[in-house]
Amino acid sequence: MNAQPLLSVRNMTRTWDGVHGCRNVSFDLYPGEVLCVVGESGSGKSTLLSAVSYQTRPDAGSVWYDTRDQGFTDLAALPGARLRLLSRTDWGFVRQNARDGLRMQVSAGANIAERLMAVGDRHYGELRRVAGNWLQKMEIDAGRLDDRPVSFSGGMQQRLQIARNLVTHPRLVFMDEPTASLDVSVQARLLDLLRQLVTDLGLAAIVVTHDLAVARLLAHRTLVMRGGEVVESGLTDQILDDPQHPYTQLLVSSILQS
Amino acid sequence: MRATTPMIEVRGLGKMFTLHNQGGMRLPVLEAVDFDAAAGDCLVLAGPSGTGKSTLLRCLYGNYLATEGSIRVRSGNEWIEMVGAPEQRILALRRDTIGYVSQFLRVIPRVAALDVVAEPLRAAGVDAEEARARAAALLQRLNVPARLWGLAPATFSGGEQQRVNIARGFIARHPVLLLDEPTASLDADNRKVVIELIREARAQGRCLLGIFHDAEVRDAVATQTLELRPALAATADMEQ
Repeated sequence: MNAQPLLSVRNMTRTWDGVHGCRNVSFDLYPGEVLCVVGESGSGKSTLLSAVSYQTRPDAGSVWYDTRDQGFTDLAALPGARLRLLSRTDWGFVRQNARDGLRMQVSAGANIAERLMAVGDRHYGELRRVAGNWLQKMEIDAGRLDDRPVSFSGGMQQRLQIARNLVTHPRLVFMDEPTASLDVSVQARLLDLLRQLVTDLGLAAIVVTHDLAVARLLAHRTLVMRGGEVVESGLTDQILDDPQHPYTQLLVSSILQS
Repeated sequence: MRATTPMIEVRGLGKMFTLHNQGGMRLPVLEAVDFDAAAGDCLVLAGPSGTGKSTLLRCLYGNYLATEGSIRVRSGNEWIEMVGAPEQRILALRRDTIGYVSQFLRVIPRVAALDVVAEPLRAAGVDAEEARARAAALLQRLNVPARLWGLAPATFSGGEQQRVNIARGFIARHPVLLLDEPTASLDADNRKVVIELIREARAQGRCLLGIFHDAEVRDAVATQTLELRPALAATADMEQ
């Protein structure tokens, strides 16, 4: 058992107008763990993700993160520059639409190298080599290194976005509906890839999804949100097979059987 | 010595389902279940259908939440109380102590059978090559043809899927192994292989608990039997 969480969220609230958003959220995330946040549209999932990752500041409560240099730190106490460094080295962000997470006008290689350059890597040959490796790891032909992502399929763009994030070896990745915009066949492949990466690299991830099947296959633990609040949390298979809260029971019983 | 090392202690275990969207109906499935099982044991859960055999196994895996009572499991030299344990604790137990062969295989589509079987080893930190080699050996033993190993199990027959599932459950050699009708869709030859696997696991001092509808398998593996009785009838309780 990991004694120390990587991330600790306590009584966090972030609303847009006093009502909509997420309220009073608490949870811990441990290294190597995948946590899914499920719930219907408007339940506050995406707000939770952006407040936990300090892309928008919480109104109340706290988020603690085990930083590499200072140990467990309240993110509210970190200066903006340090927070930005954290978010582009130790964290990754995978958006639902790859277009929002990629720079579409520069090459695939440059997309991958950008985060490395931001932390001071300048050697052109080395950057190309690393970028090429990551393309291959993501099952993209290394010959596409100089192509722009506009010429990639949706599934390839999503994999490129993941490579772009993982190149700095983050310990925590935030994902907002990472498979929602993909065809079912491509979804399965991406899920498999994500699961391998989590196992091989010991990544922790918070994944927002409305798809309970994605949660079942990917997440160790799940939070169920409704109306801005977490109504139930537990092991993913327990939440899906033995839901306790009336809303979770409704959600689970609404899944189409295949 | 071996046969007397206790591995599981269950006391006063109860499981009640509350169906909030059906008028708050309450379904008691398990009531006051007590038993012990030790290393080298194969405890067979018996009783007519509907008496909660699968429910009990699921409670022991942390897949269902027990409503009352205690489930204690030995993990190394420690006793762990599973009822009310943090999720972290249950995940750790599943990694290193408790394995589970469910009735149906549920995995990511398009992942090769070999990797499906190797996965519990990978999760326990074994490197990819060794995990695959051990997965191959086990699939071979369960007569899953090598030409299928690179394919996703979704297209396999029921019996083939079940053997993949059994291999996945046995591969990590968990000290405690839960088996939910592992031989239900197997032919006689493959039932024999499963009986051998269970006997070997017992000889290694592992503790098995299982549901076996097949009397031949049951008689070949059981060291003790737990007879479950139907819980009291369901009661409809309108909730506020």
